[in-house]
Amino acid sequence: MSFRDLQTDLARTGYVAPDDLAMALFLALRLGRPLLLEGPAGVGKTAVAGALADLRGTRLIRLQCYEGLDATHAIYEWNYQKQLLAIRAAAEFHDGESGVAVEQRIFSRDYLMERPLLQAITQDTPPVLLIDEIDRADEEFEAYLLEVLDNYQITVPELGTIRATARPIVILTANGTRDLSDALRRRCLYATIPFPGRETELAILKARNPEVEARLAGQIVAFVQKLREEDLEKVPGIAETLDFAAALAGLGLADLTEDPDALVASLATLLKTETDRAAVPLEVAARLAGRAA
Amino acid sequence: MSRVTRFAARDPGPAARMAGFMAHLRGNGFALGVAETALAQAALTELDALDPETARLALKCVCTGRAEDATRFDAAFDAYWLNAGRVRPRAVPKPADAAAARGRNSRTDHQDESAAPGKRHAPDDGAGDAAGAGDTGRLQAVQAGHLRSRDLRELVSPGDIRAAETVARRLGAALRDRRSRRSRADRRGARLDFRRTLRSSLSTGGEPLRLHNRARPDRPVRLVTLCDMSGSMIRYARPYLAFLSGLMRADPDTDAYLFHTRLVRISDALRDPDPLRAVNRLSLLSEGLGGGSRIGGAVSDFAHGPARRSVGGRTVVMILSDGYDSDPPEVLAAALERLKKRGCKVVWLNPLKGWAGYAPVARGMAAALPHLDLFHPATTLDDLAALEKELTRL
Repeated sequence: MSFRDLQTDLARTGYVAPDDLAMALFLALRLGRPLLLEGPAGVGKTAVAGALADLRGTRLIRLQCYEGLDATHAIYEWNYQKQLLAIRAAAEFHDGESGVAVEQRIFSRDYLMERPLLQAITQDTPPVLLIDEIDRADEEFEAYLLEVLDNYQITVPELGTIRATARPIVILTANGTRDLSDALRRRCLYATIPFPGRETELAILKARNPEVEARLAGQIVAFVQKLREEDLEKVPGIAETLDFAAALAGLGLADLTEDPDALVASLATLLKTETDRAAVPLEVAARLAGRAA
Repeated sequence: MSRVTRFAARDPGPAARMAGFMAHLRGNGFALGVAETALAQAALTELDALDPETARLALKCVCTGRAEDATRFDAAFDAYWLNAGRVRPRAVPKPADAAAARGRNSRTDHQDESAAPGKRHAPDDGAGDAAGAGDTGRLQAVQAGHLRSRDLRELVSPGDIRAAETVARRLGAALRDRRSRRSRADRRGARLDFRRTLRSSLSTGGEPLRLHNRARPDRPVRLVTLCDMSGSMIRYARPYLAFLSGLMRADPDTDAYLFHTRLVRISDALRDPDPLRAVNRLSLLSEGLGGGSRIGGAVSDFAHGPARRSVGGRTVVMILSDGYDSDPPEVLAAALERLKKRGCKVVWLNPLKGWAGYAPVARGMAAALPHLDLFHPATTLDDLAALEKELTRL
């Protein structure tokens, strides 16, 4: 299997991957390395993990990072309540269990709550592990992640080391909230996903919204591409293009220039801040639509 | 004719060529180790390495680690592998000292060096020669130290602007990390609240089922900067703007204004991730840059306008100016007094203060002095770095 095969397979699941992304995924699968994806919001960084899991028929385990994410939410946590109840029950009923035995029982796997990272390495078949927006997590967590990604093993002091039964396919995404450490970058394969070109975006639109007519689809893509060149705060991504297409199809438009008011109304799917809405008034939208048609 | 580079006949083989390519990338500023070389070789064995485009894509995702690398990679790849059929003499990387022995030549010369003839080689610059003769690493360190204590206005090369940004970033981070001395109930706090846990354990028969935590809440300090861009200050413009943009990026809550004859808010322009574009956006905003200075008027505008929204007890207002004001000094004094009533701290950074024999005799400066919490020189990068300590004390 070459990376071209992977690319066509992904296209069948509805994900159109550019060449360098397909190659990065291919190498990540072959070399067993984590893959770091960077790019603006809404270009399909997260979606690629879903597509890959679909393609390989495995579970997708997702860890959404946020500021203050810590080990108890990412790796494992002891189920304190259950442990306390167990101690309590042992003391109450005196069923001949020694203190040591109770201790061993309450620090066993039954009392361990698995969080995404631990889940990912204890599956029977290798799952896809998506660590989303890693740049939002703190630096301490990044350091801990390095350890996990290096050895694929997690040490629980009370239990000992848990080794991976299957090495997950790890995909990390970032969009520049904070600069990532060099150590993490060095351990990962890397690909940037830019805003797609005209043909790619058209292909994505066709794959995702096949009910949109070819002529309208062409106009939509040209319109969005023109819109991205405007000076906007939040540049619309592919997800927005798909929403926009769905909105236009829902309004029953066959041509972008046919009803400027409906066009401006459906811009709500593309422009998500007040200043951006103000930056693209009716005339500008109509002009862009005219150029796209 | 094929564009592919022809290697010399005595070339040791593909592995050495790959090692040569990695050395070539390192020479171009890519951060690559031995592990990457091995990984790159492993990657190429997985696919059709004879197809240049495939090899390019594969090596690209192995060897690059950030967006800037990715944009430079293609040129580096072409230069090494697709040399239009010219013979590349030897693929084995040169020993490191070969580059040093070559010395200065026009090809390695940087633009900024040639713009300021002899700067690096001026006699007073050679202070490090005696200390670290023959030891290049040490010599460089001494040079850098020397550079830090230069007058800010000599800092014009992009590298130095980056250094100014680093100082600013550290400063911003130091300001932001200001935790309260008191702690407060917090569901995910670091410390266990034993009293509360014990108290609530009473309701569960003495078993501490519910754990309560406490944490020290953040008390971040907001920094608002007013930067003078009048004619007398224009020579400090670039390093100050670099300093400001570093501050802006370190902390999303900071705010920056620029003034000459009027007050302009520049925070959004400075947050632009591309420093060059930030400067361009700035120049569009700041029409009349380098004109006369109305410090009093500008500070007064600030105190009556934006300050009412954004300045409070946990704010430090930083004014970067030399104090040469064309407004009457009373205006400035009144404005600062009004500003102080909002409970903020006022820090004045004066580039002239670092000069020997400077006294704040300018009328504006003299009028402002009684209202300042801190009057600090900002002539060199060291002065700006020293601010970190002063600001944490405020």
